[in-house]
Amino acid sequence: MKTRAFHKTYTRIEQITKATCVLRATSVKYGELAWVNDRPAQVISIMEDRVTLQVFGGTEGVSTQSQVVFTGRPPSLKVSDLLAGRFFNALGQPLDGYSVITGEERVIKGAAVNPVKRAKPNTLLATGIAGIDLNNTLVTGQKIPFFADPDQPYNEVMAEVALRAEADKIILGGMGLSHDDFLFFKNTFESAGVLDKIVGFINTSEDPPLQRLLIPDMACTAAEYFANDKKEKVLLLLTDMTLYADALAIVANKMDQIPSKDSMPGSLYSDLASIYEKAVQFEHGGSITIVAVTTLNEGDITHAIPDNTGYITEGQLYLKHDSDIGKVIVDPFRSLSRLKQNVIGIKTRADHPLVMNALIRLYADAMNAKTKKENGFDLNDYDLRCLAYAKDYALKLLAVDINISIDQMLDTGWELLQTHFKKYEVGIKDEFLNQYWKK
Amino acid sequence: MTKGKVIGVISNLLMIEVDGPATQNEICLINAGKWLKAEVIRVRNNRVSAQLFESSYSIQIGAEVQFTGHMLEVELGPGVLSRKYDGLQSDLERMTGTFIEIGDSTDPLDYEELYMFSPLAKKSDHVTAGSWIGYVKENNIDHKIMVPISWKGRYKVVSVATAGSYRLKDVMATVEDEGGKTLEVTMVQRWPVKVPLTGYSQKLRPGKIFQTGFRVIDTLNPLMEGGTGYIPGPFGTGKTVLQQAIAKNSEADILIVVACGERANEVVEIFSEFPKLIDPVTGHKLDEKTIIICNTSNMPVAAREASVYVGMTLAEYYRCMGYKVLLLADSTSRWAQALREMSNRMEELPGQDAFPVDLPSTIANFYSRAGIVKLGNGQLGSVTFIGTISPAGGNFKEPVTESTSKVARCFYALSQKRADSKRYPAIDPLASYSKYIDYPEFAQYSDTHIQKGWVQQIKLLKNYLRVGLESRDQILILGDDAVPLDYHVSFWKSELIDFGIIQQNSYDPIDMRTDIERQRYMLNFILEICTMEFKFKDFEEVRTFFKNLINRVFQMNFTDFQSESFRKYEEGLRESLPDKAEIYENQSIS
Ligand SMILES: Nc1ncnc2c1ncn2[C@@H]1O[C@H](COP(=O)(O)OP(=O)(O)OP(=O)(O)O)[C@@H](O)[C@H]1O
Ligand SMILES: [Mg+2]
Repeated sequence: MKTRAFHKTYTRIEQITKATCVLRATSVKYGELAWVNDRPAQVISIMEDRVTLQVFGGTEGVSTQSQVVFTGRPPSLKVSDLLAGRFFNALGQPLDGYSVITGEERVIKGAAVNPVKRAKPNTLLATGIAGIDLNNTLVTGQKIPFFADPDQPYNEVMAEVALRAEADKIILGGMGLSHDDFLFFKNTFESAGVLDKIVGFINTSEDPPLQRLLIPDMACTAAEYFANDKKEKVLLLLTDMTLYADALAIVANKMDQIPSKDSMPGSLYSDLASIYEKAVQFEHGGSITIVAVTTLNEGDITHAIPDNTGYITEGQLYLKHDSDIGKVIVDPFRSLSRLKQNVIGIKTRADHPLVMNALIRLYADAMNAKTKKENGFDLNDYDLRCLAYAKDYALKLLAVDINISIDQMLDTGWELLQTHFKKYEVGIKDEFLNQYWKK
Repeated sequence: MTKGKVIGVISNLLMIEVDGPATQNEICLINAGKWLKAEVIRVRNNRVSAQLFESSYSIQIGAEVQFTGHMLEVELGPGVLSRKYDGLQSDLERMTGTFIEIGDSTDPLDYEELYMFSPLAKKSDHVTAGSWIGYVKENNIDHKIMVPISWKGRYKVVSVATAGSYRLKDVMATVEDEGGKTLEVTMVQRWPVKVPLTGYSQKLRPGKIFQTGFRVIDTLNPLMEGGTGYIPGPFGTGKTVLQQAIAKNSEADILIVVACGERANEVVEIFSEFPKLIDPVTGHKLDEKTIIICNTSNMPVAAREASVYVGMTLAEYYRCMGYKVLLLADSTSRWAQALREMSNRMEELPGQDAFPVDLPSTIANFYSRAGIVKLGNGQLGSVTFIGTISPAGGNFKEPVTESTSKVARCFYALSQKRADSKRYPAIDPLASYSKYIDYPEFAQYSDTHIQKGWVQQIKLLKNYLRVGLESRDQILILGDDAVPLDYHVSFWKSELIDFGIIQQNSYDPIDMRTDIERQRYMLNFILEICTMEFKFKDFEEVRTFFKNLINRVFQMNFTDFQSESFRKYEEGLRESLPDKAEIYENQSIS
C-alpha cells in the first residue's frame, strides 16, 4: 500500500459504477490523484463533501470498504534523461523491471505554450514516401494523424516514418495496442539500433482500458521535457487515438453526461485538442511533432472521432488500398498537410506546388472517368488517357512502399504529365512549363 | 461587495455559496493562491454557478470568492492596435513564461506610453456619449478620444487639454452634466463585452461593396460594408485560408482577428506574416492596423465565448471613431461548443445535438452587432463580420449552421468535392449566396461605381454556371454521345467561369488579390465569350477548344492587369475566337 502518513485515508465508498466511485471526503482538490485499493484514480467532480473519482484501473472488485487515499496533487511524471531507452505503463512505472526513474516531478496535464512564444514551423520533415513528401509534405512541429481502416498497415507505415524522420527522440504512446504490435515497434526500433532514442508509454489491449486516458498526457510530458528543457527534435507517436476517445466516452457515460454525436462526450474536441496542441516548434529549435493513428470504421470519416480530429490536426494522411495496383496508397484527395505551404516551393524546388496540384487535379479527372466507366458509358480519348495516368501515378508516386528524394518525385511527376497529357491540359504556369516541359 | 466560498467543482463549473446579492454575468474572483476570474452563469438563492476562465486544477472546496460588481469588461483606449490578446484581453506579449500558467494575466494597455493629443472639441461645446473630444496618433490612424460611451445625457465642455503628449489616464477634458456636476474624460474607458457598444446615432442599410479581393465573393456573392457573412465547411476545405486571405486583401481600416478555439500554429502564421506584409489599402505594415484575439483550442474553454465578444466590442469601439472595421472569427462553432459543454455541466435541458436551446438567439444577437452606422457627427463607421463554422461531419444540417443562416446575409459554402479536386477557393458557386444582390441600395451603388447593369450581369453569369452544371449532370447520366453538342458547350462555358473567375490561387502574389476594376474587366470578357455561339464537329473538339481557352485565361490571371503579357494572352485568346464563333447580341445584357 502506498499510504504515507500525511495522506488522508478513507474507507467508506458510497457508490460504485464501472468507471467511477463516490465517497465523502473533505479538503480534496479538483483533479487530484487518489488510490482506490492501489488502483490509480482521479477526482473529477466535487459537490461539498461528495467526491467522484474516476478509477483508471476499473472498479472490478472495489467494495464499499475499499481504502481510498488522496495524494494531494494531480497525476505526474518524473522527468529526466533517464527516461530515454525505457518503456513504461500508463502510470509512468517501468515495464522492463528495471529501476524507477528519478527526476523532477511534473504534473502531466501541463499548461499551454503562450502562442507568441511559438515559432512558425518551417523545417521540412522528409520521409521518402511520395504520397507524403510530394502531396502532403510534413514539417517539424506539425500534428497529423493517419486515418486508416483497422486492416491497413498504419503502425508499419508510422514506424517507417519515425525511423526516417531524423528525430532526436521518438516517444511512443500506445493505447490499446495489441501485444504483437507493441513487440513489433520494439523490435523495429531495436533492429534499427535506435532503442536509446525511444521512450514508450504503453497500454496494451490486456491492460484496463481507462488507463489509456493517461497515456497521451504522460507521453506529452516526456516530449515537452526533451523538446523544451533539452531543446531536442521530438517525434511523438500516438496509436490508436480512437481507442483513447472510446475510453473518454466510457467515463462520460458513467458520469451521466449528455452525449453529443456518436455517443461521444460534448468535450471531445477540447479533450483531443489539449493533446494535439502539444505539438510545437520552439524558438530555441526544440520541437514536438505528433504523428498519430485514428482508426476508422469502414472508412467513415464523418464519425465524431475522425471528424473532431480533422478539425484539430494539421491535416491527415489517409491510407487506402488501391485495387488497380494492389497496393496501399496515400489517398491524394482526403489526405492533406496544412503546413506544407510553409516549405513546398520554398525549401523544395519552386515547381513543387504546381506540379503537385496538377497531378492531383488530373487524378480527380481520372476518378470521374472511372465512375463513367463503372456506369457503363463509353470513354473518350481524354478519359482513357486519364485512367492510364492514374495507374502510373498510383504505382510510381502514391504507393507507400516508395522511397525516393523529393526532386526525384517532381521529375517523375513531370514525366507522367508529359507521357499522358498535352501542355494546355495540365494547368501549370507557363514560367514552369517552359522550364520543365521537354517535348 | 458580496463574498462567498466554493462548494463544488465539476471541470470548470464552480458552485459557490454567497453571503449577499449576485448578478447574472457578474465577474467573481476565486482564491487559489492567485485570484482566478469566473463569470456567474446561474443564480439560485444563495447558490451561484460560475464558469471559471482557467483550468480548475488546484481549486479546493471552501476557497474564498470575491464578487466584483461588474460584468466582463474590456479596456478601451489608444494602444489596442497591433496587440495580441488572449480571450480576456490580457496582452500575451507581456507574459514572461514560455507557458501560460493558471491565473497569468497582464494589462491590456500601456499606461506609461505617451500619445500626441490634438483637440477637436472646444470649451462650451455640447457633447454626448461617443462625441470626439480630440484624437491621438495610434500607429497610423487617428484614435479618437471620446466622451465615455456609457455616459448618459448631455454635457457641456468645460475645458479641453491643449495639444501635446499625454498618458492614458491623464485628464483630456472636463465636462459638466445638466445638473452642473463636473466630470473628467481620460483616454481610457471600459465596456461590458456582452452588451452592444452603441455610441452612434443610427444604423443604416448596407449597400456599398466591401472588397475582399476574391472574385467569387466580390463579383458573384458580394459582401457589403457593415454586412455579415459566414463560411461553413468540412475540415480542411479552406475556411482559415480564405479568412486569412480576406484579412490580407480587404479594404478595412482596422482588422480584428479572433482565433477562437482553433490551432495555435494558425495564429503563429499571422504573427510571423503580418508584420512583413504591406496592407494594400494604407501602404503600411499590415500588423499596424490589426488586433489579434487568440484563445486557441488548448487555452481555457470558457474564455472562447469571451474572446468573440471581446473582438466584437473592440470592433464597435473603432467603429465609433468612424472607421471601417473588419472582424473575423474562426471558428464560431468552437464558441457554440463551449456553450454546449457548460450547459451540459449545468444539466440544462438540451436542445438539438445537445446545444443549449437559446443558441439561435445568442448567435442572432451577436451577428446583429455588426453594421454600418451614422455617428453623432454625421460620419460613417462600420463593422463587417465574417465567421467560420465547423459543422460536425461536414453536414450543414446542424444547429450552428442553421442558426447562423437565419442572421448572416452572405453564405460562402465550402465544398469538400471542390477542395478534393483542388479547385480553390472551394466556395460552392451555386449553393453560396449574397442577399445583398437584391438590395436596391447595392444595385444603385454598383450601377454608378462598377458599371451599369452590374447586378443583371452577375445573375447572367450565375445562370451560365447553373446551366453548365446541369448539362454536366446530364452528360454524366446519359453519356457523352447521348446528349446534344450544346450540352457540352454549356458545360465547358461553366468550366471557363470556374477556372477564369471562381478559382483563385491564394499563394500567388498576383492572383491572390483582384480589385474590382480587374474583376469588372474579366466579367465582361468572360461574359462576352459565354454569349457567343460556337459551331463544333463533335464533343472532342469542344473540349480541346475550351481547354486551350481556359489555359489562356488561367495564365492571364497570373499576370499583372493590363501588363504586356496580360494583353498578349488576351490577344492570343481573341485570335482563337472568331473562326469558331459568331457573336450574337444577347438581349439580357444592357
Ligand atoms: N485558396 C487555397 N489555395 C490553395 N490551397 C488551399 C486554399 N484553401 C485551402 N487550401 C489548402 O487546404 C488546407 C486547409 O485549409 P484550411 O486550414 O483553411 O481549412 P479549414 O477549412 O480552416 O479547416 P479546419 O476546419 O480544420 O480549420 C490548407 O492548408 C491548404 O493546403
Ligand atoms: Mg481552419
